[in-house]
Amino acid sequence: MNVTENNEKKSAAAIADLSEIDASCRVPLLALFGGAAVWLVLGLLLGLAASMSFHMPDMFANCSCLNYGHAQAASNDLLLYGFAIPASLGVLLWVFARLSQAPLALPIVTFAGANFWHLGVLLGTAGILMGHSTGYPWLEYPRVAAVLLFAAFMLIAVSAAATMGFRNERDLYPSHWFLFAALLWFAWTYSSANLFLISAHPPRGVVQAIINWWFANNLLFVFLSLTGIGMAFYFLPKLAGKPLAGTGYAMFAFLTLIVFGTWMGIPRSAPVPAWLPATSTYAGMLSLLPVFAIVIVSVRTLSGSGFSISGGPFSFIKFGTLSFIVSALLYISEFCPRHSLVTDFTWYNFAVSQWQILGFVGMTAIGAIYYILPRMMGKGLPFPSLAKASFFLFFAPGVLLLAVPLVIGGIAQGFKLADANVAFADASAAALFWFRISTLGQALLLLGAVSLLLNILALTIHWKVGLLKTGIAAVKAPLPPRRDQGEARS
Amino acid sequence: MKTGISVFLASFFALGASWFGMVYGSIHQLGSAKETVILQSSDNWPQQRTGEATLGLQVYRANGCAACHTEQVRQTGVADEISLTSLGKYSAGDFKDFMKSIMIAPELLNVSNNIIGGLETWDGKLPRTIYSGQDSAVVASLGDKLKAAGVKADARVVATGSDIWRGWGMRQSVAADYLYDVPVQLGSLRAGPDLSMIGVRAPDVNWQLKHLYAPRSVVSHSTMPAFRFLFHVRKIGAQPSPDALVLPKDFAPADGMEVVPTTEARELAAYLLSLKANQPLYEAPFTPAAAK
Repeated sequence: MNVTENNEKKSAAAIADLSEIDASCRVPLLALFGGAAVWLVLGLLLGLAASMSFHMPDMFANCSCLNYGHAQAASNDLLLYGFAIPASLGVLLWVFARLSQAPLALPIVTFAGANFWHLGVLLGTAGILMGHSTGYPWLEYPRVAAVLLFAAFMLIAVSAAATMGFRNERDLYPSHWFLFAALLWFAWTYSSANLFLISAHPPRGVVQAIINWWFANNLLFVFLSLTGIGMAFYFLPKLAGKPLAGTGYAMFAFLTLIVFGTWMGIPRSAPVPAWLPATSTYAGMLSLLPVFAIVIVSVRTLSGSGFSISGGPFSFIKFGTLSFIVSALLYISEFCPRHSLVTDFTWYNFAVSQWQILGFVGMTAIGAIYYILPRMMGKGLPFPSLAKASFFLFFAPGVLLLAVPLVIGGIAQGFKLADANVAFADASAAALFWFRISTLGQALLLLGAVSLLLNILALTIHWKVGLLKTGIAAVKAPLPPRRDQGEARS
Repeated sequence: MKTGISVFLASFFALGASWFGMVYGSIHQLGSAKETVILQSSDNWPQQRTGEATLGLQVYRANGCAACHTEQVRQTGVADEISLTSLGKYSAGDFKDFMKSIMIAPELLNVSNNIIGGLETWDGKLPRTIYSGQDSAVVASLGDKLKAAGVKADARVVATGSDIWRGWGMRQSVAADYLYDVPVQLGSLRAGPDLSMIGVRAPDVNWQLKHLYAPRSVVSHSTMPAFRFLFHVRKIGAQPSPDALVLPKDFAPADGMEVVPTTEARELAAYLLSLKANQPLYEAPFTPAAAK
């Protein structure tokens, strides 16, 4: 398709203007973002409760639902399924609508999907806290919740695919590749893992663990990278004020990420046939390629635009992109044989997953939410300075204080665990100091989450009150013929 | 990547390949795994758990124990070991001289400094490991020479690695260990110790129950949260319950009260006692310690 033909088509088609596109996203996206903010607060609260077990081990001794094993699993899943995924799905829908230059298709379906999703998260969290966790990491939600989540995801994905299918701008943009692939990734891996594991007859023995690792890797590394980078590739050019540089590199990153990234996940020392961890190690080395390509694209796009950090939406997105690079390198390092002998079974892996969920996708999505909200609602944020301050005071230091000490503590713990002359208690104590610092990071993030929730909540209430006022005004509006009759009667 | 279809197909084949390889492939390879035979034995491994222990796995799952405990032991390799059990006609001093005299054999030259040096500070206490390493020829040669001189020695194959030295296992964990587990609880963090062999390491059910109720009553530096909700603290009836925990003073309930484990606590303890991955297998061989 050449340019003139393209332009003709554009002018021929009724191209919706931006405010119309943004308005079409309002109801479903508010449901996704609002719920995500609530779950972020709750997830961090539960995470804080879990951390307290390492400060005061007997704190929840009489309360089964807040004991470490329950609270930690519930917190992990809330941050991922409750916050990171719906927040980035909302951004994905908006990016698709903007790139398509068309309003969101099937907004009612997305709205229903968003509510089903949140219901699924609610049921799943309640299930874990009541002891109905399935026992598979990142798949803890019991069957009811998993079915709901999958159904809700499909509803949202249908709307996203329809928005992409009915696009007025026919050319695909790099964000399209990443985000569209992410839809397929979640649908396939989540359904496949649940069908195998949360069934009446799961596969025998250690195959369960292999499927679990395959799923966790595809979710935490491939899916999150696809969504996060998909978002970043949309917003980075806006930030730099020029188009994405190096589309070829972006394509290379996309293809290598989906082809190689998906084979990681099996730890070196896993009690499984040796070809599985060996494959993961090689896939890990090859997965450095997309990381480097994404570095090149980001640096080239941002070069010349300066590196100011104002605390606005773009600061979050810059932080998120930087977090992708760090967390991806740390994640890949988990599959280096020598390195993993030290870091496996320590806080290191937990730190990396938190960095991926909160530092990378979480921060990118929050930045995007702060960018989208004023445009979507047609009015500014209620507390703009709080949003700005939250980056400097809560989010950025929170992520760093949560993840960095755990990475350091994990390595310290790992070296002591690998040395049989160090007593186990001493090895644990080595990590405890760092763990306690990370609790501070969690607390800061919680404050940030509250500020995000306040902004979304106030905006929603403002909007609903506005709607109500319009409604009341419409009801109260004089209707000439009727009034005449009324007056005649009285 | 000009059209949605091409993006879809690229993703479909990329993910499909890893699904086919890792999910379908591992089900194909291991999904119909059967019990294996324990080395130098006619018994099968793993043994099916008792009913109580099988229920206990569900308590373990429900409480998220795997968040802090692994059930997988790593090993870095194997070593051949030879250790003395009886010196026969030699005294410790004579034996050292005898050892120096046999070190001229060509296969022993490389390790002679190591062995003689190791024996220098030895006070004659038995059993004593005199060689531990990768060279099975050394063990064979030493074994022959010691036997000819009337010295009794055991040659063993042992697993190496910090997990083994910590006493968490006799060998690395293998796929067969988890044949009957649903769900398999491998764990990924060692905030607490590995539990692959906890049934051998702490075989007393009362210790397990006390440790669940008040971890610091039996392990003073433990960071484990207490699981008091798995126990009833109740008034002593006409007679004290025979199941009541005997706790140290600091952890005991108030006078006239007793701590009795719930069914769940019992099941969990039974499950922990059923964790005994210490059998030599074809894929993870070692020489079990001789029964004394």
